[in-house]
Amino acid sequence: MELLERFATGDVDAFEALFRQYQSEVFGWILRMVRNRATAEELTLETFWRMYRARARFDVTRGSCGGWLRRIATNVALDHLRRARPEVELAEDPPAAPKADLVHQSELRGAILRAIHGLSPRLRVAVLLALVEEEPYEDIAEALGISLNAVKVRVFRGVRILRKELERAGVHA
Amino acid sequence: MSEPEMDEMKKLLKEALPPVGESELRRDLWPAMLRHLDERTVRVPWWDWVLLAGVSLLMLFFPGVIPALLYHL
Repeated sequence: MELLERFATGDVDAFEALFRQYQSEVFGWILRMVRNRATAEELTLETFWRMYRARARFDVTRGSCGGWLRRIATNVALDHLRRARPEVELAEDPPAAPKADLVHQSELRGAILRAIHGLSPRLRVAVLLALVEEEPYEDIAEALGISLNAVKVRVFRGVRILRKELERAGVHA
Repeated sequence: MSEPEMDEMKKLLKEALPPVGESELRRDLWPAMLRHLDERTVRVPWWDWVLLAGVSLLMLFFPGVIPALLYHL
């Protein structure tokens, strides 16, 4: 019997095999949306839990397990972003620069972060995945369960709101 | 919105939020998943506890109902 068929019947060994096969991919996808490692780990577990609960509904003859998991992971991340307060972003070492530049960069970064957190979760996720992570629009559409055009509309609307917010904050994009 | 404007926004966003890209998981999450499964599958709904407490109190204050309850089990 195929791995997915065994999983659909509730075989825990099959679930473990699928978990080990996809955990890194699911974690990485969620991390791109929530940008916090601890939260991404927690949401990875929630994703697999939802997958396990819904195992009987998965049609092994159509669709890939990876695509199904990515869709669940996206919903889990969106649910989290709707409930959650803004989290600390993944920190990167600031490049060496004169002090005045650092202050300016820090203000600029703060303004952009505030603007992006001001977006609704569905617009924020579309903007982050499309413009920051540069994921293909087709992949984003599949993960969000919407059409390619709908993704483009969300990105466009998100960017328009960001531009307005940044202009209000004195940053011109 | 023009293409250069979109590119400028992309550049600004990437400066503030560096792409995560392909990020490695630093530990195996399977042991945590097993704990998660155990917790979720053995969890008793709160209303079951309320029902149990109600029946216990009923039996304590009205012992006469015990034979009736046993009959219906």
